[in-house]
Amino acid sequence: MQPVRYIGRKTYNFLSEFGDISRLLAKTFSFIPRLKKDRVLLFNQMASIGTNSLPLVVIIGFFTGMVSAWQAASQFKGLISLSLLGSAVSRAIFMELGPVLTAIIIAGRVGASIAAELGTMKVTEQIDALESLGISPVRYLSTPRVLAGTIMLPILTIFANLIALFGAFVVANFFLGISDKIFFDSVKRFFHLKDIFGGLFKTLFFGGVTALIGVHVGLRTSGGAEGVGKSCVRAFVLSASMVLILDYILWTIIF
Amino acid sequence: MIEIKNLKKSFGEQEVLRGINITIHDGETVAIIGESGCGKSVLLKHIIGLLQPDSGTVTVDGIHISEAKEEQLYSLRRRIGFLFQSAALFDSMTVYENVVLGLWEGGERDTAKLRLVATEKLALVGLRGILDSKPAALSGGMRKRVGLARALAMQPQYMFYDEPTTGLDPVTSDQIDDLILSLSHRLSTTNLIITHDLFTVRRIAKRVIYLDKGLVYFDGTPEQLDQTTDPQTLKFIERFQVK
Repeated sequence: MQPVRYIGRKTYNFLSEFGDISRLLAKTFSFIPRLKKDRVLLFNQMASIGTNSLPLVVIIGFFTGMVSAWQAASQFKGLISLSLLGSAVSRAIFMELGPVLTAIIIAGRVGASIAAELGTMKVTEQIDALESLGISPVRYLSTPRVLAGTIMLPILTIFANLIALFGAFVVANFFLGISDKIFFDSVKRFFHLKDIFGGLFKTLFFGGVTALIGVHVGLRTSGGAEGVGKSCVRAFVLSASMVLILDYILWTIIF
Repeated sequence: MIEIKNLKKSFGEQEVLRGINITIHDGETVAIIGESGCGKSVLLKHIIGLLQPDSGTVTVDGIHISEAKEEQLYSLRRRIGFLFQSAALFDSMTVYENVVLGLWEGGERDTAKLRLVATEKLALVGLRGILDSKPAALSGGMRKRVGLARALAMQPQYMFYDEPTTGLDPVTSDQIDDLILSLSHRLSTTNLIITHDLFTVRRIAKRVIYLDKGLVYFDGTPEQLDQTTDPQTLKFIERFQVK
């Protein structure tokens, strides 16, 4: 009976947590009409999630572009002309690499930091203090973070896409001997607007889900400093997993 | 008036409150004492609706806490000042932002007025010139005072103190006691103090409730508490008996 009980308990816990996250999401959205009053909170979070993540996104984007150019060149070798490398790399970046890698960086940098911040607030009674002042923690903490994540991730992805394309061009031009004209002609020839917008559409969900999981995990933190540490890890694991699961679902719908 | 009727609360297998009945009248200063884990803070959190009872009712000014709508609950909380054991200051904010947060979120946007309120409330608790300091730069006693100023900024009708002197040295504890006493006289609030410290009880409270194993074990004046012959109560208070 032990394995059955174990599976039953895990299933119950999963469904119960899924229900909690859904309720948090509904409550988070219910405060959107108040956003005009709370715009300062939103702008602060947009700066924290977006602007402060930009240097990391630029570095990761540049190296992602470079390595994807080498990868494509290695796969093309002896089969396909390198003149098509620009289109292959750019489509991979716009549709998949840019959105997903940016989302995973944000899951690590932002999801975990939201969980740590809110988790610390929880274990030091700051969340209770907000409640005692008549301030809803969902309105004050969750709504600005979830919306900022939803807004800023597509913007960060645009930067990541452009920098990654530049990284791919650097490898193509300097190491593979592909001229700029051939590279960018190839990019343009197979360019579909749907590729870039489909990729960006996915990041709306990735950004919102990452922030939502950070808030959910943070608000459920208990057990002092150890609990905060566990929440950070849990927020990253959950949000990175959700990004990959959502990526698969959205890919099949969009493309 | 606060009315608690047959309040029960368990966490898993552990029964923390097993049927509490207490009525607190307006203007009273009541201390709730008891060993660690006897349910004092849990009781306080039920009164402001941070926890929901398993059974029983908590009513504040006629509002049933467990049945109240969220907006009604937040409106009630704005009338209750709460000093947390750890002060629970928002460490990302300055002292000024901490003190006026409740007013700002309530819609007050006049910065000059907010700074005036913050200065006044901090002066009331004996603090000056720290408006722009961060909580991390303050001592334990100062943090408690800022927490108190934050609660007072909302002009509360009720003041709840969760272990106000725990972790403070005797001199600072005395200062906090004096402050609570003078504020309760000046502001005519109804005060509920959770504490282990019988020195605080004797100085401030007019009524003492001793909780033991989730039940009200004693309800009377501090003088009656000192004269008790009940072995269980004596065991708790003898540490504080003046030899």
